[in-house]
Amino acid sequence: MPQPPQFSSETLGTSIRLNLAGSWTVDASAALEHSGLALVAAAKAAQAAIFDLGGIERLDTAGAWLIDRSRRDLQTQGIATQIEHLRPEFTILLNEVEKREVSVPASSHGFSIIDLLADVGHGVVQFGRDMIAGVAFFGELVSSLTNTVLHPRRFRGTALFFHVETFAFRSVPIIALINFLVGAIVAQQGIQQLKRFGAVTFAADLIGVLILRELGVLLTSIMIAGRSGSSITAEIGSMKMREEIDALQVMGLRAMDVLVVPRLLALIISLPMLTFIADISGMFGGMLTGWIYGGINPIAFASRLREAIDVDTFLVGLIKAPFMALIIGLIAAIEGLGVEGSAESLGRQVTSSVVKSIFMVIVVDGLFAMFFASIHF
Amino acid sequence: MVGFGDKIIMDGLNLDVVKGEVLGFVGGSGMGKSVLTRTILGLVPKRAGTISVFGEDLDTLTPTQFSALQRRFGVMFQQGALLSGLTVKQNVQIPMREHLRLSKGLADELAMLKIGLVGLPADAANKKPSELSGGMIKRAALARALALDPELLFLDEPTSGLDPIGAADFDELIGTLQKTLGLTVFMVTHDLDSLYAICDRVAALADQKVIAAGTMETMLASDHPWLQAYFHGTRARRFLQPVRPPQPHPF
Repeated sequence: MPQPPQFSSETLGTSIRLNLAGSWTVDASAALEHSGLALVAAAKAAQAAIFDLGGIERLDTAGAWLIDRSRRDLQTQGIATQIEHLRPEFTILLNEVEKREVSVPASSHGFSIIDLLADVGHGVVQFGRDMIAGVAFFGELVSSLTNTVLHPRRFRGTALFFHVETFAFRSVPIIALINFLVGAIVAQQGIQQLKRFGAVTFAADLIGVLILRELGVLLTSIMIAGRSGSSITAEIGSMKMREEIDALQVMGLRAMDVLVVPRLLALIISLPMLTFIADISGMFGGMLTGWIYGGINPIAFASRLREAIDVDTFLVGLIKAPFMALIIGLIAAIEGLGVEGSAESLGRQVTSSVVKSIFMVIVVDGLFAMFFASIHF
Repeated sequence: MVGFGDKIIMDGLNLDVVKGEVLGFVGGSGMGKSVLTRTILGLVPKRAGTISVFGEDLDTLTPTQFSALQRRFGVMFQQGALLSGLTVKQNVQIPMREHLRLSKGLADELAMLKIGLVGLPADAANKKPSELSGGMIKRAALARALALDPELLFLDEPTSGLDPIGAADFDELIGTLQKTLGLTVFMVTHDLDSLYAICDRVAALADQKVIAAGTMETMLASDHPWLQAYFHGTRARRFLQPVRPPQPHPF
């Protein structure tokens, strides 16, 4: 076990002799730091200090730095210092440390009301910039899509079908399950309330209209924003990090054509299909609950449903799906391309992609509801 | 013996590193130089054999003892492996914070000392790794490897990706630090310049084992075909004979 860093002092007239012993290494951490400060304190009263390093067993940069710092501190107080019995193997180390000017650059980390206000202002400006960037990106996308239409041979069909498979086919189970459950829950709640008026069969109206017009498409969009939007951001973002996007560009390929368009079109194709599945499974969940919990037999449920809804009700939900897909895809791609060098930035962009797309999906759904209400659709 | 699945990377390998030396470790790409380093560091499990570091068999150590031993290692990864969310100074301070109890002031001073030792300017301390050039990342990674004043330093291709001037500077830096801090250095490298400039001994890995270990002279004298190709190839030729100035044309 190495001896801890220590020293003894002898006073010789006006000068003091500090005999250092033990191992002055960083392993001792707090003890080392303490000894360093004690050195300065012990020699403060004297006019000259002699550092006798003969007893030191081991020395590393931290020890050397503390001895050197103590010497500097004493010198600035007008105390002459001298080093004795320095072992040759420590000489290089001490000289090396001595010639370093260590200044700790201040890192500005304060918190004040002004920082908070600046943060808010920054956020508002950023929001404005996001809007402009979104519009610019959309313009670029349209130009890229036009290009694809004009030169259909350059379109990446394989990529499109690959993405449709990952976005649509692989999310079928979870979308069906979630909507089934939500349909069942809505039915159960509806039946409980309608029972008081003796209008249990009207639960079919409630379920049909709610699922087809709103819940089916909304839940599917939110699920896809979380599932596929995040993966698009992460994929594009890590490609950006590893300069793959720059590589595409110098090979004459546009990231927009290669990466964004196939994913976006795949989303636009996938989301209506998934919405359809969501509608069916939601209503099926509702019907099953109605049958078991409310005693509405499936035939009665179906005939009630036929009166309550028509093709328009179904279309209201389905029409929204491609728009939701566009929003999710655009936000995911913009956020992905905004990734900078660090892993932290990738995580931040993925989070903000999901949060922004879910928020926008809900806002846009609200706008659609107002629009459809005003045109009596 | 080390392997992945049914692929055996190393078998019957024996290598000693002597305290206070700089050992250069060479071998073709994909031969398992990095795997050996990672095995010593405990990142890759071995199937058979023993590894002793500082006289202690790694297999007999408890996790606590192994962690105490790891404090005496410094490792510099090929790509730097700096944590991208932290500044250079914070990166250097990670091991200090984990293993030592130091005041913030002293920790800052020591981090700055290490950053200065590896030749980085003071203003690099508050930069994130993504703002640094390749050479600066290598230096910052070296500063982090030196944070706890290790006795044994592992360097994985320290000069790869640096320009010749940067690589020569880095070799010199490693040499100086090794002398100053009394380090033992285990250096995986492909760089013939590094081997000539700072390595006391060289070990070569081929055919799943260390085929030769010794000074450069031993390497050059070896008649193993791989070593012949490595040390007598076109790229190595300039070290073997003085460059002859072009003869003036007789006419």
